[in-house]
Amino acid sequence: MKELKILVILIIVIGALYYGVEPYAHSIMEPKTAPADFAFKDLKPIDLSKGVASKGKDLVAQNCVACHSIESQKIPAPMDHASAGASFGVVPPDLSHIASVINPQFLAHFIKDPTKAAKLTHKYKDDHPYPMPAFAQFSDQDLADIVAYLTSIAPKKLTDQQVFQQACERCHDIKYDKLYAVTDHKDLHRYLGSNAPDLSMMIRSLGREKLEVFINDPQKLLHGTAMPRVGLTKQAQEQVINYLEQTGDSKRHQRHGLGIQIMLFFAVMTLLAYLWKQKVWREVH
Amino acid sequence: MAEMKKAEGVVDWLDQRLGIKKLTKVLMTEYWIPKNINFLWAMGVILLTLFTALVVSGIFLLMYYKPDAKLAYDSVNFTIMQEVAFGWLWRHIHATAASMIFVIIYIHMFVAIYYGSYKRGREMIWISGMLLFVIFSAEAFSGYMLPWGQMSYWAASVITGLFGKIPVIGPDLLMWIRGNYVVADATLTRFFMLHVFLLPVVIIMIIGMHFYSLRIPHVNNQEGEVLDFEAEEKKYKEGNKKESKVIPFWPVFLSKDIFVVCAFMVFFFYLVCYHYEFAMDPINFERANSLKTPTHIYPEWYFLWSYEVLRGFFFNGNLGLVVFGIAQIIFFLLPFLDNSPVVKPAHQRKAFQVWFWLLVVDMVVLTIYGKLPPVGNNKYVGLVASLIFLALFFIILPLISRAEKKGA
Repeated sequence: MKELKILVILIIVIGALYYGVEPYAHSIMEPKTAPADFAFKDLKPIDLSKGVASKGKDLVAQNCVACHSIESQKIPAPMDHASAGASFGVVPPDLSHIASVINPQFLAHFIKDPTKAAKLTHKYKDDHPYPMPAFAQFSDQDLADIVAYLTSIAPKKLTDQQVFQQACERCHDIKYDKLYAVTDHKDLHRYLGSNAPDLSMMIRSLGREKLEVFINDPQKLLHGTAMPRVGLTKQAQEQVINYLEQTGDSKRHQRHGLGIQIMLFFAVMTLLAYLWKQKVWREVH
Repeated sequence: MAEMKKAEGVVDWLDQRLGIKKLTKVLMTEYWIPKNINFLWAMGVILLTLFTALVVSGIFLLMYYKPDAKLAYDSVNFTIMQEVAFGWLWRHIHATAASMIFVIIYIHMFVAIYYGSYKRGREMIWISGMLLFVIFSAEAFSGYMLPWGQMSYWAASVITGLFGKIPVIGPDLLMWIRGNYVVADATLTRFFMLHVFLLPVVIIMIIGMHFYSLRIPHVNNQEGEVLDFEAEEKKYKEGNKKESKVIPFWPVFLSKDIFVVCAFMVFFFYLVCYHYEFAMDPINFERANSLKTPTHIYPEWYFLWSYEVLRGFFFNGNLGLVVFGIAQIIFFLLPFLDNSPVVKPAHQRKAFQVWFWLLVVDMVVLTIYGKLPPVGNNKYVGLVASLIFLALFFIILPLISRAEKKGA
């Protein structure tokens, strides 16, 4: 009984210490952020319901392929990666999978005004323009047509790695999976004003919950960063995080499975040790 | 040479050469511990278990770790954590045990304070224990640098920087410690040497001394009662085991300890596999970058209270440093600040009991505010808690001790 009382006091003191140093201190150091918004509510909805893919195809041919490749449609990139990186600062994305990973509303808004949708207006102004121009001349119907076309060519399912490559690989390395940024680091540095970090261990340094908010809207956690809001759908973002986990925390499943086994082993040992202790102490008490 | 007889078996053969029967008696079956104890007396054996876990896991980590500023981070986070079979387990055990060993050290320390186990003949037990605390701190600090993550780098930078503020010799001392003007590869390799060789050897030596220091004054008990160990031993050996106030180290004392250790291990492996972030700060999974200062720099939790004493005197950095220096050694002085002859648990020394819990609360407050950013009112909380800390040791404790001496 007395020992139980001591144990309770220990747990209270250590619990208070733990609470203060971990959850409490971190809640003060990292201010609360709103949860991820996959509906992109800050963008005024554009009616995409009447988009015509065939019209969109023409618009894309006239406006987009001067910079972008669409490999699935046999439209090659006009420049190789090195020249594209040197001229734009970053290699423009191939559009084959773009609609599989990006929210359609976001995509429409991005075409209309990329810096605004990406939340990079603080970074890219007239003297240092964003490489993709704003297609402000497009009507909502044009945008709907383009999105309809890109959606029609986009595969329904991508692997986690393919999503990562579409969404992140133009700037970021995953060295631990031998995946390297498509754009040359020097060009990127000039374009972003800083290095895009290697993401190999991001799953351990930021963790799932913070990544969830960060990828959805980087400005929320890292105000002023050059990382764009990419506009990933909930599912695509989930796949990106899964990929980060497979490469950065590859032993997670082993850890989870083994942990419970070791704990059970010691639970049994505790019981046996208790019985033995009782036997030994019966002689002296 | 002693006469050797034909051995009756392996044990006898060894006994004739090494005296193992006598040794077992001295160390185990006839090493007497008071019976009147509770599970708090098992902390020493838990510490030994954790230290063993650290040595064993450390040996495995050492096989793959590369002490080089360019290679260290990847050798830990890629080679050990992902390529080597169960490398992650060794690293998680190592990191969690390093943090948990401080939890248990603090419990062990405060148990000694509560029961007055540092005085009247037990001063050397206390002092050798405090030496262990200091060397373990250095061991933990040097180990934290090795993964070469952001917090490894910046905590190393801030803490080594403190030495630079020592008058006259500071700047030279700082460079001697770092091996460079800034924390760099040379700093990493010398702290690697300290972590895997010099400090562990010193720790093992002091552990030996700590154990030996217990032999003559003996382990304290729940009531601070002075026992006639020889008379009690005699009773025990004659078979009056129930009346005797002592028990042998093996098997009676250890049977309880083994039970406590096993129960602790269930919790420990829960932490290792599912709840390790307190011991493995996520920020330290970011590669060290000398050009990018993290928003918040803080030491590991077990250093926070003394770090807060340092920061508490926010208006004068030098004063903070002096008090910080005092905080590092103040616990060594405990047997001399509390020199009343009363050896009793705190609940039988009313004033001391109040002092004890004030100290616990004050150190918890210092620890928590040591992590919080020093802005707004936090600074003043830190200052007040630091002043209380000093007052508890230098004013209140000697007063309590003097009153007890008069009363006794």
